[in-house]
Formats: sequence, C-alpha cells, structure tokens
Amino acid sequence: MTGLEAILMTIIAAATPLLLAAIGELVAERSGVLNLGVEGMMIMGAIGGFAAAYVSGSAMLGVAAAVGAGVGMSLLFAFLTQTLVSNQVATGLALTLFGLGLSGLIGEAFTGLPGVKLPPVHVPGLSDLPLVGPVLFGQDVIVYASVALTALVAWVLARTRIGLVIRATGGNHHSAHALGYNVIAVRYACIAFGGATAGLAGGYLSLAYTPQWIENMTAGRGWIALALVVFSTWAPRRVAVGAYLFGTVWIMGLYVQGVGIDIAPQLLASLPYLITIAALVALSGNRLLTKVNTPACLGQPFVPDR
Amino acid sequence: MTKRFAFAAGLALALMSATASGADKLKVGFIYVGPIGDHGWTYQHDVGRLAIEEEFGDQVETVYVENIAEGPDAERAITRLARDGAGLIFTTSFGFMDPTIKVAERFPDVKFEHATGYKRADNVSTYSARFYEGRYVIGQIAARVSKSGVAGYIASFPIPEVVRGINAFMLGAQSINPDFKVKVVWVSTWFDPGKEADAAKVLIGQGADIITQHTDSTAPLQIAADLGVVGFGQASDMIAFAPDSQLTAIIDNWAPYYVARAKAALDGTWESVDVWDGMAPGMVEMAPYTNLPDDVVAMAKETEARITSGEFHPFSGPIYKQDGTMAIGEGEVLDDGTLLGMNWYVQGIDDKLPQ
Repeated sequence: MTGLEAILMTIIAAATPLLLAAIGELVAERSGVLNLGVEGMMIMGAIGGFAAAYVSGSAMLGVAAAVGAGVGMSLLFAFLTQTLVSNQVATGLALTLFGLGLSGLIGEAFTGLPGVKLPPVHVPGLSDLPLVGPVLFGQDVIVYASVALTALVAWVLARTRIGLVIRATGGNHHSAHALGYNVIAVRYACIAFGGATAGLAGGYLSLAYTPQWIENMTAGRGWIALALVVFSTWAPRRVAVGAYLFGTVWIMGLYVQGVGIDIAPQLLASLPYLITIAALVALSGNRLLTKVNTPACLGQPFVPDR
Repeated sequence: MTKRFAFAAGLALALMSATASGADKLKVGFIYVGPIGDHGWTYQHDVGRLAIEEEFGDQVETVYVENIAEGPDAERAITRLARDGAGLIFTTSFGFMDPTIKVAERFPDVKFEHATGYKRADNVSTYSARFYEGRYVIGQIAARVSKSGVAGYIASFPIPEVVRGINAFMLGAQSINPDFKVKVVWVSTWFDPGKEADAAKVLIGQGADIITQHTDSTAPLQIAADLGVVGFGQASDMIAFAPDSQLTAIIDNWAPYYVARAKAALDGTWESVDVWDGMAPGMVEMAPYTNLPDDVVAMAKETEARITSGEFHPFSGPIYKQDGTMAIGEGEVLDDGTLLGMNWYVQGIDDKLPQ
C-alpha cells in the first residue's frame, strides 16, 4: 500500500460513518423532527451488527441487523415523540443514554470476541488498478451505500414529489396536514430512515472500521453528525462535503504528527471541528437559500385536529 | 398528558442508579473515565473494585460511575457519590485531580483516593503505578523484534505520566539498538477506538512495524493484528483481541492496593498517603510473553527480574535530553520528583514534545 493510498483509505473510513448518520438525520430534520438520539441509534447499530455477524458468521447479515437495530431504536423515538407527543429534545437525549446503556449490556457477552470483517468489494480488473483501484473500486458495500444514499437523498428531496411532501411537512405541518398529507406518517418514515442510516453507520464501525465490539465505540460520532447537519444548513451535498472535510482534517492531523511536522497536537485535534464549521458556514453564505432549507417546524410537536 | 407524565416518571426511575445505602456499611465509590468494558485502563480499576467486594463481602457496598469526562462533569459525579454516603472514593484518572481536591474540601469526612495525580490533602491520597518499568521492558522487546527499526507510539495527552512512558520505552529500545526510532502520534483522547485505530493505521502506513499505545482501547492492537504487525497490550492483558500479535502487555494490578485501602478505611486507620509502586509489590505486571523467540523472552524476563529486585532502574544514567544536555550522569538514577514532573524527551525521539 502506498502512502497516499493508505491516507485516502483512512479518510474514507473516517468520513463514512459521519456521512451516513448525518444524511439520515438530515431527512428526519427536513421533515421537522429533531432526533438527538443519533449516538444511541448508532451504538445500537454497532452492537446489533456485531452480534448478528458474530452469531451467524455472515457480515452481510450483520449489516442488515445494524440497520434493523437503528430502525428499532428510531421507531421507539417516533412512537414517543409522534404518537405520545413527548418532547423531542428530551426524548432524543434519553434515546442516546438508553442506547449507550443497552448496547453495553448486550455487548457484555460480545466483548473481546473476534469480529467478522465486512470484505471489500472486488471488481475484476478495476480493483487491481494502482491507487484508484482500491480507493474507488475496493471499498466495502457500506461505503458505496453512503455515497449512493447521499445522492438519492439529494435527488429525492430536491426533485421528487416525495421530497416535496417531506419538505412541506417540515416547513409547515399545519399546511401539509390541511393539504391532506399524514404528517405523523411522513415523520415516522423519515425518523425510520434516519434510524436505518444511523444503524448502518454503527454497523460500519463494528464491522469494517474496527471489526470488534468495544463499549461506547461510537465515541461521540453521532453528535458530530448532528452538528454537520445543522452547519450544512440541511443540504445533502454540503453534508457530504462536511463529512469528508472532517475526515480529511482528522486523518491529516494524525498523519502530520507521524512525519514529524511540528504543530501542537491539541490544535490538530480541534482543527477538524474548526475547519469544517468554518467551511460550511462559508458555503452557506446565501442567506435566502439557508432560510428556504431550514425546516421551520423543526422540533415542534404536531397534534392533528380531531 | 398523564400518559406522558407516567412515561417520564418511569424513565427517570429507570435512569436512576440503585443507591440504597445500608447502615454501618462502608460505601466505596469509583469514578471511571471510560467504560468498564474497555478491557484496558478502566477494566483493571473495576477488577480492583470487585476484589474489594470479594474480600469484605457484606461489610462494604461498592458503586461506580463510568464514562465520566475529565472536567466539570467529574466534579458533579464525585459530589454526588460523596453526597450519597460514600465513605471512600477512588477517582481513577489524572484529569479528576482538581475536581477531587475541590470536592474533598467540601466533604472532609469522606476519604478520597486519586490515581496518577500529585495533589494531596488530609483526606486525599494519591496512588499510581510505575508503569514505566513495564515500558522499558517492551521497549527492549520492540528493538529486538522490529525489522524496520521504527515503532509507532499512540499517545493520549502530553502529561508527565505519558511522557515518562515514551522515554522509558525509548531508553529500553536504545539499550538494544541505539538507532531505534519512535514515531509518536498524539490523539488527544484516552478512549476513542476509531481514532486510536486511525492513528495505528497511519503509523503502520509510515513504516512502523510495532505498535504501542498509551490510550485505553484495544483497537490499536487489533489494527496491528489486522495489518500483520505486532504490538503490546495496554493496562490489561489484551491477548484475546490479538492472539497472534500481542507480544506482552503491561498490566495495572490495582486490586491489592484497593483491598488494603478499603481495609484501612474499615479499621479506621486510613491516612492520606502517596503511593507509587512498581513491579516489586506487583502493582505492575507483565502479561505472558507470546509470539516471541525464546531468547527475547529470556531477555525480557531478565530485565523484569532485575527491575523487580531493585538491581536496575530504567532511568539510570547517563541519560541525555532531546536537546543534548545531560539529564543525569553515569551511575545515578533520576529521582522520583524529576520522574513525576517529566516534561522533556530523551535524546533520539523525533517528535517535538507538545507544551
């Protein structure tokens, strides 16, 4: 492996879980739901994916279980916030605490066990090319899924009727309701999508990034994803830029230390946050567009008139 | 509305840890910086907690709080333990030092034990282990088995404890191969498996063929195993995570100290002390040597024996600082004060020490 190739591979690995968790949260937020439980859904995806892969021996089953665990957690959130109309912020925080605790409990039985590693895709011919082969054609399915899902979300939100309904629900739920859309159902679906991608992000951590179960292994990535969504002003493309920029600065911070360039590591550790926020704020310079993208009903409960 | 309220109440109950306190029992509290499932630093402290329960049974009750961030959060957590009736509280990370001292001022009747710090009070003891003794041994092993002559060192924060470890590792390596190189990467965290793994990948990509760490998770060792290089367990025996790649591990064995301190608290003989023990009383142990040729194992065991017997001190002169000045001359050893405040690298380390 050449040096550049190793760096690119590590950057993609660092950015993928952030991108996945953020793109799902973006959809939930565009529908008007603020789910602060990303970290909790993610860690449940990590343990769900690890456990299923370990028991069955199949990494792909692990991926499916990770998604399932994320969706399960998100449906719990949806039931509480949409059906029982509980406070979204408090419920989201509780979901994170619940997920961290429950995953630790389940994970007790899986600590120290060898994980099942999700194998990289191999495209005959293409994967063997120098540099571009492994970087572009030798990733695992979750990495490709993260890119495909981002493109899909961008397209659906901007160009399709479904996207319009989601945005209407987030922009003004009373109007959407008056137009005959089932606001609660739309939000249930968007929350579940957010859970699916957060679970997948967690599965990526325990199946590909560091194929093992370690308690609390998400280590705050869910919160970074949440911040990415806000700072990208709810635009899918910017979320992707933010996630990859964060991953790049993060890895370069480690890399420059290894080659002996003299920058304070404390500064290097904070740079991913600073640069990503600065870049996204600069990118979001168009006030009008920001206002259009911001879901006006974000975090507000909706109770349909009887 | 009532439904919602009932749910909230239920959740609050579920979130509250059971803290019923029995009369006359000594309640021993523990504050952990990571999860007990880290199988490293925090795990070993929890082994010590369980040893207290095992030893004293009904006379004690132990409680712990895990994943407490160093900083203001810690003060809240420690205060809460003290308020809930804990009579003896172990705060098990360097960054809990100031919060521990602050809370100790407000609860003069509660006894505190702070790990790896240097601030004491009448009701605050400090204790630490001479991990550097183990670091010297693994430095020697690294120099013997590395083909590239470069080790990757994943470090957390530039505090004396960590700097001392890097220096001891380097001195051990230099005793075998004077040209040995150590690449240091600071990850600015004690526990982030992903970031520790990234650092390991970066270091291996830059030519390190042996990985050691001063962070708490098992991730770096597993990445080493994944990429076909070797490494060392940290704080705990991590052989289960890398059966073909762990050469040995430096084990923090807190249990005997914890049991002794709980006993002192029960007997009423507890006094503020400053304990810094190493291999000799068994506070620092080496995990079984694995995946190593016999002669390297023999060498490691010999060094271990010489340190244990007191015949050899890892920081024996002559030692030169990174800038070439002499830290200590031939025939002398660095005193504990210098070791505890160590904020300089020994000669031969390429990294510039962050200030």
